[in-house]
Amino acid sequence: MNLFDNMENIYLAIVLAPLLGSVIAGLFGKLIGRSGAHWVTIIAVGISSILSLLAYYHLFYNGGEIYNASVYTWLNSGNLHFEIGFLIDQLSVTMMVVVTFVSWIIHIYTIGYMVDDPGYQRFFSYISLFTFGMLMLVMSNNFLQLFFGWEAVGLVSYLLIGFWYKRESAIFANLKAFLVNRIGDFGFLLGIAAVFMHFHSMDYVEVFKQAPAMASVTVNIWGDESWSLMSVICICLFIGAMGKSAQVPLHVWLPDSMEGPTPISALIHAATMVTAGIFMVSRMSPLFELSETALNFILIIGATTAFFMGLLCLVQNDIKRVIAYSTLSQLGYMTVALGASAYAAAMFHLVTHAFFKALLFLAAGAVIIAMHHEQDMRKMGGLYRYMPITWITCLVGSIALIGFPGTSGFYSKDAIIEAVHLSTLPAAGYAYVAVLSGVFITALYSFRLFFMTFHGREKMDKHIWEHLHECPPVVTVPLLILAIPSLILGTWFAGPMLFGDHFAGAILVAEDHAVLLELGRHYHGQWYEIAWQFFVHAISHPTVILLAFSGVFTAWLLYIKFPTVPEKIANNLSMIYRLLVNKYGFDDFNQKVFAGGARGIGRLFWQMGDVKLIDGLMVNGSALSVRWFSGKIRIIQSGYLYHYAFAMIAGLLLFLAVFVHKLI
Amino acid sequence: MIEQTVFYIFSALLLLSAGLMITVRNPVFAALFLILSFFSTSAIWLLLEAEFLAIILVVVYVGAVMVLFMFVVMMLDINLSALREGFARYLPIGGMVAISMALSMVLVINAGEFGLASDTVQRHSADYSNTKELGATLYTHYLYPFEIAGAILLVAIIAAITLTMRGARSSKAQKPGEQVAVKSTDRLRIVKMKVEKTGSDREQDPVTESDQEQESI
Amino acid sequence: MITLSNVLVLAALLFCISVAGIFLNRKNILIILMCIELMLLSVNMNFIAFSYFLGDINGQIFVFFILTVAAAESAIGLAILVVLFRNRNTINVDDLKSMEG
Repeated sequence: MNLFDNMENIYLAIVLAPLLGSVIAGLFGKLIGRSGAHWVTIIAVGISSILSLLAYYHLFYNGGEIYNASVYTWLNSGNLHFEIGFLIDQLSVTMMVVVTFVSWIIHIYTIGYMVDDPGYQRFFSYISLFTFGMLMLVMSNNFLQLFFGWEAVGLVSYLLIGFWYKRESAIFANLKAFLVNRIGDFGFLLGIAAVFMHFHSMDYVEVFKQAPAMASVTVNIWGDESWSLMSVICICLFIGAMGKSAQVPLHVWLPDSMEGPTPISALIHAATMVTAGIFMVSRMSPLFELSETALNFILIIGATTAFFMGLLCLVQNDIKRVIAYSTLSQLGYMTVALGASAYAAAMFHLVTHAFFKALLFLAAGAVIIAMHHEQDMRKMGGLYRYMPITWITCLVGSIALIGFPGTSGFYSKDAIIEAVHLSTLPAAGYAYVAVLSGVFITALYSFRLFFMTFHGREKMDKHIWEHLHECPPVVTVPLLILAIPSLILGTWFAGPMLFGDHFAGAILVAEDHAVLLELGRHYHGQWYEIAWQFFVHAISHPTVILLAFSGVFTAWLLYIKFPTVPEKIANNLSMIYRLLVNKYGFDDFNQKVFAGGARGIGRLFWQMGDVKLIDGLMVNGSALSVRWFSGKIRIIQSGYLYHYAFAMIAGLLLFLAVFVHKLI
Repeated sequence: MIEQTVFYIFSALLLLSAGLMITVRNPVFAALFLILSFFSTSAIWLLLEAEFLAIILVVVYVGAVMVLFMFVVMMLDINLSALREGFARYLPIGGMVAISMALSMVLVINAGEFGLASDTVQRHSADYSNTKELGATLYTHYLYPFEIAGAILLVAIIAAITLTMRGARSSKAQKPGEQVAVKSTDRLRIVKMKVEKTGSDREQDPVTESDQEQESI
Repeated sequence: MITLSNVLVLAALLFCISVAGIFLNRKNILIILMCIELMLLSVNMNFIAFSYFLGDINGQIFVFFILTVAAAESAIGLAILVVLFRNRNTINVDDLKSMEG
């Protein structure tokens, strides 16, 4: 087709359309008004989305080639060439489709959610800008453009979390997000610098080509200890992923980011930005495969996040916070998959999670709108009568999240659990236990949320109850649209993505880490056959399903049948309860040690350095010492002539003595 | 031989009078001792064949400068009794400094060999005129400094007068020019006043009124 | 025979005596002025000695000028003293310390 001869322009259009939309909505917002702003951005992102689907089709079904070229030379500095280029292969085009599609849906949703907000045009401009940044990130073919996209989405996340900038908690949250992200970015930059230093190039293809040769190179960082270069690079890059994808201990910003409006919680902090870290590690699979240390590290971090963050969902009462911690837990799952070298499984879970998590967030947003911005679940209950569409879609999202057989979440989660089970890395044992227990916890908290919100006794205000009704279509239609992939995407894509050539060439897995390959030996055939085999396998090894169902059952017991029990448990296990409510003390630690420490150091420098040392000692001190000294010298000026004469004579005598001494 | 003796006598006298000058209480005595030291010096200079200067020392220095000193000493009303404290207190350290200075200087002088004793000196003949020799050099090679020395003396005179002149406030002199130029209005002023009523019942005297209303002539 | 060092030693001693006179004297400014005259005298002695022993008349010429200047200086010094006495009514050195630091 002639259309596909010009792929370069299509790729450029995909990237630049949201940027254009953002600029128009941002700079001319007042001019074009509210509907102008949302039309411009929705059309722009819609163009991006359709073209991404086109590119996807071209690459997978039309025999298209992987596109890797430089579009524009940003600058030349010695050996360094900063280029803007695109690498469009299976991995990036998958991400492109997910990003643009989810972004488009959320643009439409926002029309309903932000309808009475004064910053309407600004919001649309920001989320389009975000789409641009994310696309630059996933489509990049060199480290520097990756970092540009990384920073751009971090910046827009900051802007959006603090969208209601007059709220103090929002400003606190956005600064926290930016600073924690910065720490991750520091590690990321170190990794990129190490890559440049040793590979002398920032281009992916060149670096990946040279990587195997550098597998046994060691570097000395501190003193005489030599570290494997690849481990250093990979761990540094992963620190960046830890910041962006909110792994422990850099996870603290994500719950606070719920201060932003719900659409961005769905877009940025569930579906797209937080998955940038996962995407990055998958993209760098040729590098990560060369360092088992890094893979173990990833496994441990991911498993810890998956399990412990899941526990925190059980004690949160804000509906958005529950979903936020759930996101953290699911990101932990994806990270665990990366650690087990099951990059395809991680990407698969990324895709499915994007849809059902965005769905959950948008459903929560619909509930919040209906409840007049009430977010506490203890004041909800029995909403299924009033908001049926929201209820159904939330149910779909929840069962996808817990991995109900047949839903997309089932396939992706199961793949991860199996892959971790097969992994031979030392940390895989710990990771397996963590992800398995995580299944129970996930089921428990998701249905806790579901039951508390939509079922049980109605605990809301009378005033809110009177006005309770389903949201307008501009809100509910996106929910329905997102429910569809949550249900069927897994079935369709499990086989090709996990075991087929979906990511061939884009993701590299070493021989001894090839868990998915091993897993794939049990499954063969077409996509529906593989899906069916998966299903059967899960039923015949029912551990996971049993854990999930027992979680649902426990939730039913605790929140429908015996609603007074949770409080009793909380009182009896008060220490654990308090530990969970305090989020394991991470926030307190950060506030006291890092923030307080920084403030303390600042105060120290102010008091000691500035006031005492510079002002007191150097400025005032020099003046005072001059004064003191001159006070002492003054005594010599006695006013008596004979004193002066005596001084002169004494000096003369001294000179005489010198000369006499020399003479004799 | 005689030379040496004379020299030693006069130098002893010189040193003695110098020492006494700085230690006596009465400033008049101090001035007198200074005069004595000048005389001794003059004698020594005569020994050293600087006749003109020796005499000049006596005539100018003693005759003019020391007389001036004496004038001032006599003029200033000095409270003698207050003038003695503190001398002994500072004597040790001051004396030490002076003695060490003297020692150093003497050491220096005696260290080197000047090789200049009286017998190597060119003694002048009997008709040697020190004045003539001085004049010959002074008015030819040193003319310019000579003139400047004169100027210095002039400046000294002017300075001394300017410093001490009190102005004309203590002198009473007439100025005839001003005396002649005086007008009656400078000396007399007539003031018109209202008639004051006296206490007794006196009739108003018209003559008295008109007298008082007289204008100046 | 008088040697040069004899005369020089004499002059040195005279100088030291007058220096001692300056700072041992605390009561009378006049004494200070007289000590200055003595110092000038000792210098003159030096010049005369060298003029005699070196056979150079220039030493005596120099004494000439020193004498002149010394006279002028003592005149002015005394004038200042007189004015000082008029204003302060004292010539006690101890009382003249208004220029202290």
